[in-house]
Amino acid sequence: MRIFVCIKQVPDTETRIQIKSDKSGIEETGVKWVMNPYDEYAVEEAIKIRDAKGGGQVTVVSVGPKARVSESLRTAMAMGADDAIVIDTSDYLDSYWTGKALGQAIQKEGAFDLVLTGKLAIDDNAAAVPQIVAETLGIPHVTVVSKLGTEGAWVAEREIEGGAREIFEVQGPCVLAANKGLNTPRYASLPGIMKAKKKPLKEIALGDLGIQSSHLKTRLKDFQLPPEKPAVKMVAGDPATQAKELVRLLLEEAKVL
Amino acid sequence: MSKVFVFVEGQGAELKKGSQELLNAARNSGREVVAGLIGPGTKALTGKASKHGAKTVFVCDAADLGHYNPETFGGILEAMVKESGADVVLASSSVLARDLMPRVAAKLDSGSASDCTTLELTTSGVKARRPVYSGKCTAEVEFVNSPIKFVLMRPNQLPVGAGDAAESAPVKDFPAPAQSGKIKCKEMVKGASSKTDLTEANIIVSGGRGLQNAESFKILEDLANTMGATVGASRAVADAGWVPHSMQVGQTGKTVAPSLYIAVGISGAIQHLAGMSGSKVIVAVNKDADAPIFQKANYGLVGDLFEIVPKLTEEFNKALHR
Ligand SMILES: Cc1cc2nc3c(=O)[nH]c(=O)nc-3n(C[C@H](O)[C@H](O)[C@H](O)COP(=O)(O)OP(=O)(O)OC[C@H]3O[C@@H](n4cnc5c(N)ncnc54)[C@H](O)[C@@H]3O)c2cc1C
Ligand SMILES: Nc1ncnc2c1ncn2[C@@H]1O[C@H](COP(=O)(O)O)[C@@H](O)[C@H]1O
Repeated sequence: MRIFVCIKQVPDTETRIQIKSDKSGIEETGVKWVMNPYDEYAVEEAIKIRDAKGGGQVTVVSVGPKARVSESLRTAMAMGADDAIVIDTSDYLDSYWTGKALGQAIQKEGAFDLVLTGKLAIDDNAAAVPQIVAETLGIPHVTVVSKLGTEGAWVAEREIEGGAREIFEVQGPCVLAANKGLNTPRYASLPGIMKAKKKPLKEIALGDLGIQSSHLKTRLKDFQLPPEKPAVKMVAGDPATQAKELVRLLLEEAKVL
Repeated sequence: MSKVFVFVEGQGAELKKGSQELLNAARNSGREVVAGLIGPGTKALTGKASKHGAKTVFVCDAADLGHYNPETFGGILEAMVKESGADVVLASSSVLARDLMPRVAAKLDSGSASDCTTLELTTSGVKARRPVYSGKCTAEVEFVNSPIKFVLMRPNQLPVGAGDAAESAPVKDFPAPAQSGKIKCKEMVKGASSKTDLTEANIIVSGGRGLQNAESFKILEDLANTMGATVGASRAVADAGWVPHSMQVGQTGKTVAPSLYIAVGISGAIQHLAGMSGSKVIVAVNKDADAPIFQKANYGLVGDLFEIVPKLTEEFNKALHR
């Protein structure tokens, strides 16, 4: 089994966001960076499949500034991935070019069985890169996967509206984007962390893939904090009075009913 | 005249609310509107698309499209968008469109913006804003070198419009493309709920650990039923197994943006807020006056939920079902 896992480094969810004075993005000083939570499910699943299938190679790949994203790649190797590739760039890349870069880097490595990703990066909230990786590689994709069978074909279950599920059967290599529920990601053990330090981490320059960060399809600008909510209106009284007053406020003041 | 292509989704005999919103926005933009429908039975919806503003309706109504398949749906949509000549494509940020659109955009060397909350569409361009960093801020999406601009809008953000245009837009049939057989949906399993999905619901009543056990969700369901609301939950409750994970709202659950969100016995952890702070009006019911949820709420009720919720059901019943 040759499995690639795409992982992105994102600000920790507890991070307080501050916007740069020119509104071009967020202030990065003081941000604590972690592996995108959904990517942990992808790494875990890759390791589980490799071990269940009697071996192989799990390669984790990330696009971003090398010095920073190497940390998350090492974390994934400490969990059990075999090696890593960093596609080094300190510039912003949109989903389109991120997907292209990942797809092309994977293609260069030769034959593979599976690409796993997270369903969504919690910073850009795009849920787009996995599909673009699949398009670049010319293979099928299934997103929001919360259950995976590996006997014969890939049998991927994804959740749709109202808790309903679609079960896809995929032949051959594909991209699967992991949702919560797929597994319980393991923690890196101390020996794992020691071993990870010696595992190979290959570096590819973005330019070597023929990609220029100046050719973006989409760019984000004019970052703004959400408008301040007006102070909360407390509805006092006994439960019956509270209920009556709330219904009145929703009907007459908020007009949402 | 510049054109806009709207990917329209049906729900039974109606168009989804999000699709109606987009047709209306497209109609008011001064562009010529081309609508696209895919799936068995969608031919019956072409008149509705026309009424909401489509000047031309493309439809692929093949029997074997009953199950979603990114490969075939992608092929059809690519052909439709090309044929339309539109340089802007709009779709509702539904589960299906979020899966499908980024790949179709990439096939057409274009970029996409998912889950947008504001839209300004003119004859010459399109501007959209979207939440980033788990809703902690928003940013404008600028399309740069993107021949076609794909915008996915969250439902409930735009007016639906009157839907009073003529029903007579010409309809063009598209054939279903051949399948490679590499991917197929072999089964669809029905969900627990037949209600509107959380991500599309206009009213949500969500419960947290304050409900104490699975059985107490009954009182929330009663409240939700009187209001036509969908029931959601915090992660604490989903992890405890009181409700299925599909009901979880938050950073690792669903991102929702209803007109009204009622949080009952939910403390308001940052990861929960990440999923619902885009709601228009937030009501919190909690016995702890210092619960962080009150900082995000428009209206706060301090007290015991087991006393307050039944009274709410009673009052909403009176007000809404006279
Ligand atoms: C990486 C990560 C991702 C996460 N993702 C999510 C997510 O997607 N969604 C999510 O919700 N959480 C998420 N969490 C968990 C989150 O941090 C909180 O633990 C969780 O939201 C708490 O759920 P709760 O509000 O129901 O429970 P609690 O925090 O225990 O709050 C219960 C509330 O009920 C009130 N209460 C108790 N009894 C009554 C009563 N009789 N009447 C009225 N009020 C009462 C209490 O005052 C309290 O405020 C995530 C955490 C992490 C670390
Ligand atoms: N810069 C990146 N490097 C590696 N993988 C990425 C990157 N951006 C996105 N991905 C992968 O694509 C998934 C979805 O991200 P997104 O489409 O940005 O929401 C993530 O969970 C990652 O698995």
